Amino acid sequence: MGAALSELRELAAEIEVHSFDVVVIGAGGAGLRAAIEATAMGASTAVVCKSLLGKAHTVMAEGGIAAAMGNVYAEDDWKVHFRDTMRGGKMMANWRMAQLHAQEAPERVWELEEWGAAFDRTGDGRISQRDFGGHRYARLAHVGDSTGLEMIRTLQHRLAQSDAQVFMEHTVISLLTDADRISGVLSYSRSDGRFVLLEAKAVVLATGGIGKAYRVTSASWEYTGDGHALALRAGAELADMEFVQFHPTGMVWPPSVRGILVTEGVRGDGGTLRNSDGRRFMFDYIPPYFAEETAQSEAEADAWYEDKRANRRPPDLLPRDEVARAINSEIKAGRGSPHGGVYLDIASRRSAEYIMKRLPSMYRQFKELADVDITTDAMEVGPTCHYIMGGVRVDPETGASSLAGLFAAGEVSNGLHGANRLGGNSLGDLLVFGRRAGAGAAAYASGAGQSGRISASEVSELCADALAPLTSEGGENPYQLQGELADLMQSNVGIVRRSDELAHAIERLEDLEERSYQAHAPGGRKFNPGWHAALELRSMIVVSRCIATCAVARTESRGGHTRDDYPSADQALGRINFLLRWAGPKTGPSTGGSLELTTAAVEEMPEELAQLFVQGQGS
Amino acid sequence: MAMGLFAFILYATWATFQNSHYYAAPYLSPFYSPCVSANCTYQTAPLVGSWWKVSPALAVVWIPLGFRTSCYYFRRVYYRSFWLSPPACAVADARPRYSGESRLPLILNNVHRYFFYLAFALAIVDSWDAVAAFDFSGHFGIGLGSLIMLTDAVLLWSYTLGCHSCRHLVGGRLKLLSAHRIRYRLWKGSSVLNRHHGLFGWTSLGWVGFTDLYVRLVSTGVITDPRWVLH
Amino acid sequence: MRSADTGTQTVRLRIWRGDSQAGRFVEYSVPFNDGEVVLDVVHRVQATLAPDLAVRWNCKAGKCGSCSAEIDGRPRLMCMTRMSLFDRDSPLTIAPLKTFPAERDLVTDVGFNYAVAGRVPPLAPRQTEPGEHHRIWDADIERVQEFHRCIECFLCQDVCHVLRDHESNKNKFVGPRHLVRLAELEMHPIDTADRRATARHDLGISYCNITRCCTEVCPAGIAITDNAIIPMKERVADRFFDPLRLLAAKLRSRPDSGPAK
Ligand code: FES
Ligand code: FES
Repeated sequence: MGAALSELRELAAEIEVHSFDVVVIGAGGAGLRAAIEATAMGASTAVVCKSLLGKAHTVMAEGGIAAAMGNVYAEDDWKVHFRDTMRGGKMMANWRMAQLHAQEAPERVWELEEWGAAFDRTGDGRISQRDFGGHRYARLAHVGDSTGLEMIRTLQHRLAQSDAQVFMEHTVISLLTDADRISGVLSYSRSDGRFVLLEAKAVVLATGGIGKAYRVTSASWEYTGDGHALALRAGAELADMEFVQFHPTGMVWPPSVRGILVTEGVRGDGGTLRNSDGRRFMFDYIPPYFAEETAQSEAEADAWYEDKRANRRPPDLLPRDEVARAINSEIKAGRGSPHGGVYLDIASRRSAEYIMKRLPSMYRQFKELADVDITTDAMEVGPTCHYIMGGVRVDPETGASSLAGLFAAGEVSNGLHGANRLGGNSLGDLLVFGRRAGAGAAAYASGAGQSGRISASEVSELCADALAPLTSEGGENPYQLQGELADLMQSNVGIVRRSDELAHAIERLEDLEERSYQAHAPGGRKFNPGWHAALELRSMIVVSRCIATCAVARTESRGGHTRDDYPSADQALGRINFLLRWAGPKTGPSTGGSLELTTAAVEEMPEELAQLFVQGQGS
Repeated sequence: MAMGLFAFILYATWATFQNSHYYAAPYLSPFYSPCVSANCTYQTAPLVGSWWKVSPALAVVWIPLGFRTSCYYFRRVYYRSFWLSPPACAVADARPRYSGESRLPLILNNVHRYFFYLAFALAIVDSWDAVAAFDFSGHFGIGLGSLIMLTDAVLLWSYTLGCHSCRHLVGGRLKLLSAHRIRYRLWKGSSVLNRHHGLFGWTSLGWVGFTDLYVRLVSTGVITDPRWVLH
Repeated sequence: MRSADTGTQTVRLRIWRGDSQAGRFVEYSVPFNDGEVVLDVVHRVQATLAPDLAVRWNCKAGKCGSCSAEIDGRPRLMCMTRMSLFDRDSPLTIAPLKTFPAERDLVTDVGFNYAVAGRVPPLAPRQTEPGEHHRIWDADIERVQEFHRCIECFLCQDVCHVLRDHESNKNKFVGPRHLVRLAELEMHPIDTADRRATARHDLGISYCNITRCCTEVCPAGIAITDNAIIPMKERVADRFFDPLRLLAAKLRSRPDSGPAK
């Protein structure tokens, strides 16, 4: 422990100080998997998470883990999965990450089984696999429709067997650096407001996404882009921030549950989308890029569920960006359902018994929240903000960011999904790259020597800054500001974007940022949600600015980025990633020029992989 | 619930000590079955001599009594309604100290499975009685009493085979159900009955009392049993 | 109360406000709309009347088990309790879980549940041949999958009178949630351990008097008492309370089947 630290202890006797080799921020799938790996490699490890252990957003993942195990279709292998991932991501994914993911996902799934996960089975006792959008073969290992819960619980129990220390209900305010390398993490306990300083040789970010920046979203309150903002402000690079995935099927009614996810498994298991005329409209929206592998008639689409070799997949199972845009157009054209969605119908296509077995939690969700029995009636669904493909730019092998000692995995990182993520690739991402980042961080920590220094004055400045909302009399209500932000992003940086709206958004965001630092949260430091909201608002605004800035720059439509004024894809832009760096002050509101936008060429894949995309190579 | 249980206990005690009018050919009251004393009006098996002077029901009644007192379902009923721990969910316990079933006497409830074995045997006897209830001095017939006796046997089986100990013993105790096809089936079947164990517990209880009452009324001549006999 | 022209209604809420030291019920009156759940109204209080009102939640879809509270005296998930359930003018009471120490407002310190989790011995998987994977059959896994639906909302722990009314039992009895976990491991098709002695001596399974309140409040619909606790009690009986089995074990003199220490 450096001299500065003891100095700090005197300075602020109330600050709790710990020291670890590796600090993992976030306890979702990626964070837990990283921590398990780091402890297994002998690193002293801490996990810091905003909620209680086991509540992370991963529990919301429903469909399954994409892994080419070949249990249902022996033809499936990593190459097919790799190809699906790249094509789904509009060829913008990092080829090496897509390759590692496709190769290692099966091992990670079997490992979960070894740790106790109770996957659904095939008739011959192997792990069952289900169909999902964009995947050529039935490939998703699943546990009913609550695979995420199973994964979290399994990892949670596994972690409990190690000596990792968990700091539940702690929010990280800042990453601390010493001459361009990580030296620690400053956090506070949500329950009693104490500041907790964790000295760390390496930090793994596994904080998930940014969904709360949008009005209609499948995300919980935790999804405020903390990790993105922390990394950026500490000096790491973000990439591809314009790519935001809107999941085609979220609930639209009642208003209070608008946005809550309806798993793609409904379509994978036979559900189909219809407009108010009862027409299966997806047949009208098959893009040329996928025409060759998509069924052109209802008969062929329906036959595919029985025989996947002789038939092509239904258009309902096109990648998510395509389906979300199609639904959006149907609703705009006035062919939507009464509550502003379209119909998702599995009731007329599958038996009640089958639905209950495969989709038990969907059944419960609709029954209890919307009074709809999905075994007899169609669901009403519409697009909902679901996932951000952009994030911390990392090294595929180790998850290392451009800042020494900082690693990232899962949704907060970038690279695997390109311009659009395939359903089922996220859970695999958490396991494969969570493990790699944990290993990367542990290895880095063991070779890092002495911990970096922590500046006492910087810490006290950060603490004061964090406490400001409690005392800034006359400031605005943070909940109201959050609401304003969500509306702004929803209507100006949403599914379909335009240059004038984006410009408007950027202007308003600057104003919001100023006001957010004035926000006032009455009450004390003990579990004060208003205060928490005021601090999270800061991250949300930084991340929103990143999204809007990149969205202006990408003058084309591709994957999770659709421009009304540039409706088609641009070959040249398809070969570059947009990168962002922070040039503003370390604390406080940013200034006009604080986001530095640069470009980098999308990395070319080696010849033998490129071969997989040559015409005629399957379809 | 407490009232129902209380009413049954009163009636059953009275009927047990009656020591008369428990047989009206060909119907034997289930309280007195098997009738094993030499003093029985109708003897199932001559296991006990005529020295047994008290009601022959006392020779067997402890079996259903023990079975039901240690039954996981009825335990809940009396823990809630008589012990008041808890009186109802989220309502405070009546007593400040609590050790559950970890000490005497309640720890004895763990012998439930032995009562299950005995109750199983008893259910066989009851089924035999039900079959005998269709035998009118060597002629096949159907009386209202035969149907009541048959229902009684069916309800008793439904209750007994859905017993948690039964469910455990036939297959539940196995780590790998898949390795034992037949036991898996038995476990599945027992599980179905087990889901309605409380329902069968109450209906079989009520029906046993009713059957006794019916036999008693026919035997005392208060009512006549409508019957159809094949000659 | 419904106002005919707008379709919005007003509800009166009595919400417990306070911390580990002291607290009281404070009444709020807020509007609500058709289809809303209790958590929506609590959030409205937070957003408009009491910004520092502490409440835990995450998924708002009954999947994470964060938003447990006692609504009108009944332990429930706030996000899965529709307002339409309470059609009346008297105020709706919302209190924190009683069994755990108050932290602030509707938030309680549920640390007990995490602390005792470690008392259940972990999975001890059977070995497979290198390169092979487990073959597991529906017959075996379905029984366990029911238990895996647990979202750890701790409503069962809260309602269980053994913990709720007898503070001193907290070091003897781990509560229904962990007995479900015990059952899921004992019945897991790849598990090889025997946790029956632990169940009796460390987890306190015999403290449960199967009064089924846990089953009644479980939002995941797990038959906690019938499918987890009672089968485990029977297994414990196999090991400790069955004279014939004990005798048989003695005769075979298998060291692991002897009577209790
Ligand atoms: S008879 Fe009820 S559990 Fe055995
Ligand atoms: S918020 Fe997740 S269960 Fe209620």
